Amino acid sequence: MLRLIGRRLLAAAPGLAGVIAVTFLLTRALPGDPAAFFAGPAATREAIEEIRRSLGLDKNLTVQFGLYVRDLTRGDLGKSLTTGQPVRSDLISRLPASLELTACGLLLAVAVALPLGVLAATRPGSWVDHLCRMLTTAGVSLPIFFTGLLLVYIFYFLLGWAPAPLGRLDAFISPPRSITGFFLVDAVLGGDFGEIRAILRQLALPAITLGLFAMAPIARMTRAAMLGVLSSDFIRTARASGLDRRTVLVTYAFRNAMLPVVTTLGMVFSFLLGANVLVEKVFAWPGIGSYALEALIVSDYAPVQGFILTMASLYVLLNLLIDVLYGVIDPRARIEA
Amino acid sequence: MTALLRHGRYVLGENPVTGLAFALFVLLVVLAAAGPGLVPYDPLASNTAEALKPPSRAHWFGTDQLGRDLLSRVVVATRLDLTISICAVMIAFAVGSAAGVTGGFYGGWTDRLIGRVLDTIMAFPLFVLAMGIVAALGNTVANIVYATAIINVPFYARLARSEVMVRREAGFIEAARLAGNRGPRILAMHLFPNCLPPMMVQISLNLGWAILNAAGLSFIGLGVRPPTPEWGIMVAEGAAFIVSGEWWIGLFPGAALMLAVFCFNLLGDGLRDLIDPRRRT
Amino acid sequence: MKRTTALSLLLALLFMPAPEARAQSRSETLLVVVELGPNSMDIHGVGANRPAYQSSWNLYDRLITYGVKTLPDGTRMYDYSVLKPELAESWQIAPDGMSATFKLRKDAKFHDGTPVTAKDVKWSFDRAVTVGGFPTFQMKAGSLEKPEQFGVVDDYTFRVAFLRKDKLTMPDLAVPVPVIMNSELARKHATSADPWAMEWVKNNDTGGGAYKLESWKPGQESIYVRFDEWKSGPLPKLKRVIVREVPSAGNRRALLERGDADISFDLPPKDFSEIAAAGKLAVVAHPVENAHAYVGMNVKNPPFNNLKVRQAVAYAIPYEKIFHSVMFDRGALLMGNPIATNTFGYDAKLSPYKTDMAKAKALMADAGVPNGFETQLYFDQGFATINEPAAVLVQESLGQIGIKTTINKIPGANWRNLMLKKEMPIYVNAFGGWLNYPEYFFFWNYHGQNAVFNTMSYQNPDMDKLIDAARFETDPKKYADLVRGFTKLAIAEVPRVPLYQPNLDVAMQKGITGYQYWFHRQLDFRQLSKS
Repeated sequence: MLRLIGRRLLAAAPGLAGVIAVTFLLTRALPGDPAAFFAGPAATREAIEEIRRSLGLDKNLTVQFGLYVRDLTRGDLGKSLTTGQPVRSDLISRLPASLELTACGLLLAVAVALPLGVLAATRPGSWVDHLCRMLTTAGVSLPIFFTGLLLVYIFYFLLGWAPAPLGRLDAFISPPRSITGFFLVDAVLGGDFGEIRAILRQLALPAITLGLFAMAPIARMTRAAMLGVLSSDFIRTARASGLDRRTVLVTYAFRNAMLPVVTTLGMVFSFLLGANVLVEKVFAWPGIGSYALEALIVSDYAPVQGFILTMASLYVLLNLLIDVLYGVIDPRARIEA
Repeated sequence: MTALLRHGRYVLGENPVTGLAFALFVLLVVLAAAGPGLVPYDPLASNTAEALKPPSRAHWFGTDQLGRDLLSRVVVATRLDLTISICAVMIAFAVGSAAGVTGGFYGGWTDRLIGRVLDTIMAFPLFVLAMGIVAALGNTVANIVYATAIINVPFYARLARSEVMVRREAGFIEAARLAGNRGPRILAMHLFPNCLPPMMVQISLNLGWAILNAAGLSFIGLGVRPPTPEWGIMVAEGAAFIVSGEWWIGLFPGAALMLAVFCFNLLGDGLRDLIDPRRRT
Repeated sequence: MKRTTALSLLLALLFMPAPEARAQSRSETLLVVVELGPNSMDIHGVGANRPAYQSSWNLYDRLITYGVKTLPDGTRMYDYSVLKPELAESWQIAPDGMSATFKLRKDAKFHDGTPVTAKDVKWSFDRAVTVGGFPTFQMKAGSLEKPEQFGVVDDYTFRVAFLRKDKLTMPDLAVPVPVIMNSELARKHATSADPWAMEWVKNNDTGGGAYKLESWKPGQESIYVRFDEWKSGPLPKLKRVIVREVPSAGNRRALLERGDADISFDLPPKDFSEIAAAGKLAVVAHPVENAHAYVGMNVKNPPFNNLKVRQAVAYAIPYEKIFHSVMFDRGALLMGNPIATNTFGYDAKLSPYKTDMAKAKALMADAGVPNGFETQLYFDQGFATINEPAAVLVQESLGQIGIKTTINKIPGANWRNLMLKKEMPIYVNAFGGWLNYPEYFFFWNYHGQNAVFNTMSYQNPDMDKLIDAARFETDPKKYADLVRGFTKLAIAEVPRVPLYQPNLDVAMQKGITGYQYWFHRQLDFRQLSKS
């Protein structure tokens, strides 16, 4: 197991190196001039050059890259010009918000898409099958920000069921004592039931928005995998042996269909992390997506670089997790090909 | 040919949804081609006296903030959106499959190098990469196409590569080699056509995703330039009018977008059935 | 079965109404929703954004402040002709008019309990004129340029020497920039590389103003709590103010209309016009002083270096269309007049420009380009809600006289850059000046010193003579003539075409009173109260 992990990490290294290089070039290619922007409205050319020098942007690109990599090895991701804080502390404070939201969205999607996929698989070609397919496809066919805004309009503005889209927590409730940064976990650890409810209420709409988007690939993959498994020999044997529908479906078929579903979950999770940017903008969610977006618009290099690096690392870790999960679910996969 | 048609008709009959999707696709293509000639108003002509009017007989889809007719804009936008998605996906397909097929066939360092480049692209959160490319290069239609193409390349490359690796040692390839065909010719004439079926499915799924990508870029201000009508940017504009009650500004382009993406997704599923019933999902 | 019951329980839990235990604190707190929050708590800091002025205004005291006046429609605004005490109880201008001596109140304290003395004022003012950038520029606008001008007479007496007789010197002491900082506290965190403690002050509260900083999460919210020992004015009624960032404009409106937020001025003009008409919320509108939105042209390079082409543009622009459908009539039409309606020297009859396509086409022919030309029209994406439809309308009208434009939407960081380079041929932009004097506006926008705001690169020695004379002219009749002179020149040469003067609109719940318009266009928490 450890060898597997080690080997995977090693294999991911060149990819990460590529990401670092490409991100650096990309941010430097951004049209804005952060020095001009942050010198403020009345700055003269000299003042801007001064700032450029203090930011280290007057050196040539290779030198800048070298400095950047050197700082990276020390764990220094630079400083954000927009918030004025070190990027690392910004990311640490904002990452849990995004992760919590994405995880909840994924959970919701799984809770709906998995049963739908199984249902569709048990009645292939029927109207139920078509309905499931159309429902899940509809969720993924609208731009995610539009879905979000529509949900806010209907459930908050018109019906008043959902709370104000003010972010992670209502303005008048103080957040739980920060242990992990995940509000739900912290609130549970702190034992404050009312707070848990407040947190969940704020999470509801954005998580549903993300979840709608994730339903289709999960349902589709579940259906496909289940169909494949349901037509196999051992299922036929199980049925012939007289086991009831429930046992056949859940204990035998589903477990075996899990593998490709888990892969899809991983892909969907990383895709959602990217789509987070839009949802965070709509719901005023203080996650890293909105952080990076604001930085991108003003050509603030450090946060954009830090954000992309974080995402890339998360992606690597995620793939690693999935590989490990493979081994847990299917012993055959533990044996390296 | 007739066998294919018969099979096609069987599949379409089996699955009415696919038939519907196909009809919708044809409609979209027709609108894209002939749309600008059919619309009642000039999509760029403002008429501020008629601004923000709800759907009526004069304006079926209502008007926007500058009094432009929304029906005309939605129809004319079909051409741009289809163009963006088709171009982006075609480029991704061409580059990706070429890369994947080459890597899969030759193996060794070529494969490893291509694999590393793909890993780099895939490690980025895709939408963010598109954002970065468009922000860096400027928001022209061409750049949006390139950005969308780049982030889609890995899908085709991976698919092509795995298909080629499966068939690399097959009998018919051996035969082609013995007959005197050289590497590139084998790649192009023998291996590649066999990889097409699963990639067709991927293409149609990606078409929908490309349009959504462009819409997302528009929402954050990196979309096409005003006053060009494009579904994504019209939805982004309409989003600002939801709360004040001018629902038509966002709904009609949103519905058009949704229908198009829906259509492509269902088409993809249907194509999968058509091409390989064994792999029907 | 168990799963569905669990799911329904969860949903019920989510959508149950929230407990009312919070109601009490809600009524004592003001919730402001904004598009963008402060990026620094130090107004002298590099790149401090506009929302940072709001924080600074409420966290810090200044020596003096402006008075209040009530307008005919019942709304209140600052009175720029009346200076009132804040930290300084009284002051005297020397007989020769070349200095002012301020007597500071003796009971003022900073938020950490330290008494406020004249040495704090000197440290703060020295800082303002030394750090460079916008604060130093702003101080210079009132001839406050050198640390030598500021002197500590004794603990509670402070003297400012004037470099020249500038009528803007005293008013410049009441703008947001010359704040009084807790020099002892700040100096504790200064280093040899950072003698003014820029790093520390950016994230911390070194003020003595009516409000203390309770917490600040950059990019999310800042919370201010009343400083009960504040002595520089009547104690504010609001105990606590939360300023929350909500990026989506539609959501801000929804929050206000549902009563979940109290006040906002960050809404599109359309929303203000509709909210005002609906009557559920109170909307206070005030045309921004000394400000206008305009279509600017680069007068150094072709094609707009040709006066007739510029005049053609001035006759082609759809002024009323833009004002109605982009601004929803929130403001005042200017139609080519560079002086704002509530600034000295405004005369509606001065500008001959109006939308007249025939005349525009004739001018194009006169200019030698009857078939027009192609060019690029730019605007700042940060203000897209207004700029984009305006640009589209301008593009359409210019197209009718043969000028074919491609629209370029420029993101924030690059916009500043392009403004500095001064290469954009034609663009939509706006400018507003803090000090409501026409020569102040012209100094920044039309003077040959070519400040960044003179986006047109307009340099005319005749114009400079008029502006410079007006800045220091004390005789009212001569001053009025000079103002008229440079206004007429600006209209005749038309390097930019002023379109309209925008409003500062604020929407608030009906129980909120005390709002007053300030030139810095931010909220002064000290005057607000919530019933």
